[in-house]
Amino acid sequence: MHYHDLLLQPLKQLLADYPWLEDFFSSFGLQLQVTEQTLQQYLNQLDPDQLLDLGISQEQLQQSLHDFMAGMLALDEAAEKVESLTIIGGFDKTGSAEQLELTLKPGEVICIVGPTGSGKSRLLADIEWVAQGDTPTKRKILINGGVPDNKWRFSTEHKLVAQLSQNMNFVMDLTAEEFVRMHAESRLVPDPEEKVARILEQANQLAGEQFKPDTPVTSLSGGQSRALMIADMAILSKSPIVLIDEIENAGIDRKKALELLVKQEKIILMATHDPILALMGDKRLVIKNGGIAKIIESSDAERKNLSRLEELDNTLLALRNRIRFGETLEEL
Amino acid sequence: MHFLTVSGPPSSGKTSVILRVIEALQAKQKKIGVVKYDCLMTEDDLSYAKKGVLVKKGLSGSQCPDHYFVSNIEACVSWGVENNCDFLISESAGLCNRCSPHIKDITAVCVIDNLSGINTPRKIGPMLKSADIVVITKGDIVSQAEREVFASRVKQVNPGAVIMNINGITGQGAFELTTLFEGASDIETLKGMRLRFSMPSALCSYCLGETRIGDEYQTGNVRKMES
Ligand SMILES: Nc1nc2c(ncn2[C@@H]2O[C@H](COP(=O)(O)OP(=O)(O)OP(=O)(O)O)[C@@H](O)[C@H]2O)c(=O)[nH]1
Ligand SMILES: Nc1ncnc2c1ncn2[C@@H]1O[C@H](COP(=O)(O)OP(=O)(O)O)[C@@H](O)[C@H]1O
Ligand SMILES: [Mg+2]
Ligand SMILES: [Mg+2]
Ligand SMILES: [Zn+2]
Ligand SMILES: [Zn+2]
Repeated sequence: MHYHDLLLQPLKQLLADYPWLEDFFSSFGLQLQVTEQTLQQYLNQLDPDQLLDLGISQEQLQQSLHDFMAGMLALDEAAEKVESLTIIGGFDKTGSAEQLELTLKPGEVICIVGPTGSGKSRLLADIEWVAQGDTPTKRKILINGGVPDNKWRFSTEHKLVAQLSQNMNFVMDLTAEEFVRMHAESRLVPDPEEKVARILEQANQLAGEQFKPDTPVTSLSGGQSRALMIADMAILSKSPIVLIDEIENAGIDRKKALELLVKQEKIILMATHDPILALMGDKRLVIKNGGIAKIIESSDAERKNLSRLEELDNTLLALRNRIRFGETLEEL
Repeated sequence: MHFLTVSGPPSSGKTSVILRVIEALQAKQKKIGVVKYDCLMTEDDLSYAKKGVLVKKGLSGSQCPDHYFVSNIEACVSWGVENNCDFLISESAGLCNRCSPHIKDITAVCVIDNLSGINTPRKIGPMLKSADIVVITKGDIVSQAEREVFASRVKQVNPGAVIMNINGITGQGAFELTTLFEGASDIETLKGMRLRFSMPSALCSYCLGETRIGDEYQTGNVRKMES
C-alpha cells in the first residue's frame, strides 16, 4: 500500500493492520487513539506548540512517518536470493596481488585463520561492505556473479550480512524472553510469539546449562548468551551471509550450533582457531600480511580426526563438569 | 570545503569516531579543521592537535552550548575556508536534549552509544531525530542482537537517516563512514543558512526562535569566541 493511501485510512483500521504505528508515534511522545479519524486528520489536528515542545515539526514528523512506513513495508518484501558470493583478490599489506577468485555457495562453511593483526576482520568487513576495490585491500565482492546494488551497504531491512561477534554481553535491562520478543518485533516476523518460544528452546538445547525465559539477559553466562544469539540468528535473521568473528570457548554445543546455521542455507564465514570448528568447515582461508595466502580444503584424513577431537573435547567437558559439581580431579 | 556538524550525548564517542575518520582522510592527504564546542572544559582539542589537524575550541560557560554554537559557527566556517581546509568538522556535546546544532543543507551526524539504554533514542530531540547520519558506537561491548535492537529503536525515531555501527577504538566501520564524509555538504560560507530546528528557552535571539545565521540576527546575550 502507498503512503498516501494509508493517510486516508481510519486509525482504527490502521492500528489493526499495522500495530507498530502506535509505537512509532509513542517514540515521539504522541499517542494514537483507536478512532474513526483518518491518519491525515489526526496529523492535521496536532498542536504546533505541542510539537515544538516535543522537538519535532509537522513536516519532519510526516517525513519520518513516510520513511518509517517505507522501511516497515520493505521488510515484507522477499529479499533478493543470494546464490553465490565471489571474492576477487586485491593486494596484501606488502602490495603483492592476492591473485584469486573464490566463489562461495549457500550451505558452505569457510574458516578464516591467521595470527592476530593478519587481516581476518578486514576480510569479513570487506564482505559486509560489499567492497568494490574501495577498501585498503582493494578486494572486490560479487553477488550472484555481478556487482550488487549499493543498497546492501546501508540497508537495515535487507542486510546482506548478519554478524556474530566476539562479544556477547548484554546491557539492556530485559529478560531473555522480552529481549527476543523486542528483537522479533523489530524484524516484523510473522507469528512473533512462536518464534520467541522456538528461539528460547533452541538456545537451551545449545547451552550447556539451562536458563528460564524470565532470566535477565544480563545474568546469562557466556555460553548461554552465545547460545541465545546463535538461535536468534538462525530463526530471525533473513541475511543470506553469516560472519562469525572468533567465537571460541566452551559452554555451548558448537557442532549443533553450526549445524543449525548451515540448515538455514546460509553462506557462513568464520574467523576461528578452534580445531573442531575448523575441521567442520569446507575450506580454510589462511590469511597472512593482510592477504589470503593459501586455501586449504579440509581433507578426508582431517575429517577422520574430527571424531577424535570431539572425544577430547567431551573429556575436557566432563572434567569441567566434575569441577563444577565440587569433585576432585586426583583421578582422571 | 566539506562541512559537517557532529553532535551527541556526552561521552558517546564523538571524538573517537572523528579521530578515526581523520586518520582515513589524512591517508588521502586531506587538510582537516575541527571545532570543538563544550560547556565547562574539554581536552578533546589536545587529542585533535596530536593528529596534526587545525583545532579551535569554544567553551560556552553558563550558556546552552548549542546556542553558543550557532552564534559562532559562521565565523568558524570562514576560518576553515581561510585556512584552505578540505574538511571542517564541528564537535558539540548535546547537553540539553532539546537543542541541536544541525543546519539545513549541512550534513548532520549524531553519535550515540549502545550502552545508553533503549529509551535514549526517544529522549534525544532534534539532534538525533533530524540527523542525516547516525553513528552508533560501543557495539563491541554488547551482543549483535542488542546492537540490532538498539539500531531499530534509532530507526524508529529517525527512519530517513543512514545508521552505521562504528567502533571508536578499533575504527571498525570508520573507513565506510569516511566515504559518507567525502560526500558531505560542500560550502564556502554559512551566510543565509538556517538551523534545522529552533532552540527555544534561554536568553539570546535564538532563544526566541531565530533560525537565521549571521551577526545581524543576534541580539541579547550573545557570546563570541576569542579569535
Ligand atoms: N568500548 C568502546 N569504547 C569506546 C568506543 N568509542 C568510544 N569509546 C570510549 O568512550 C569514551 C568516550 O569517548 P569520546 O570519544 O571521548 O566521547 P565524546 O562523545 O567525544 O565525549 P565528550 O566530547 O566528552 O562529550 C572514551 O573512553 C573512549 O575510548 C567504542 O566503540 N567502544
Ligand atoms: N590487505 C591489506 N592492506 C592494508 N591494510 C590491511 C590489509 N588487510 C588488513 N589490513 C589492516 O590491518 C589491520 C589488522 O587487520 P585485522 O583484520 O584487524 O586483523 P585480525 O582480525 O586478523 O586480527 C587493520 O587495520 C586492517 O585494516
Ligand atoms: Mg580480528
Ligand atoms: Mg569529545
Ligand atoms: Zn539548549
Ligand atoms: Zn539562546
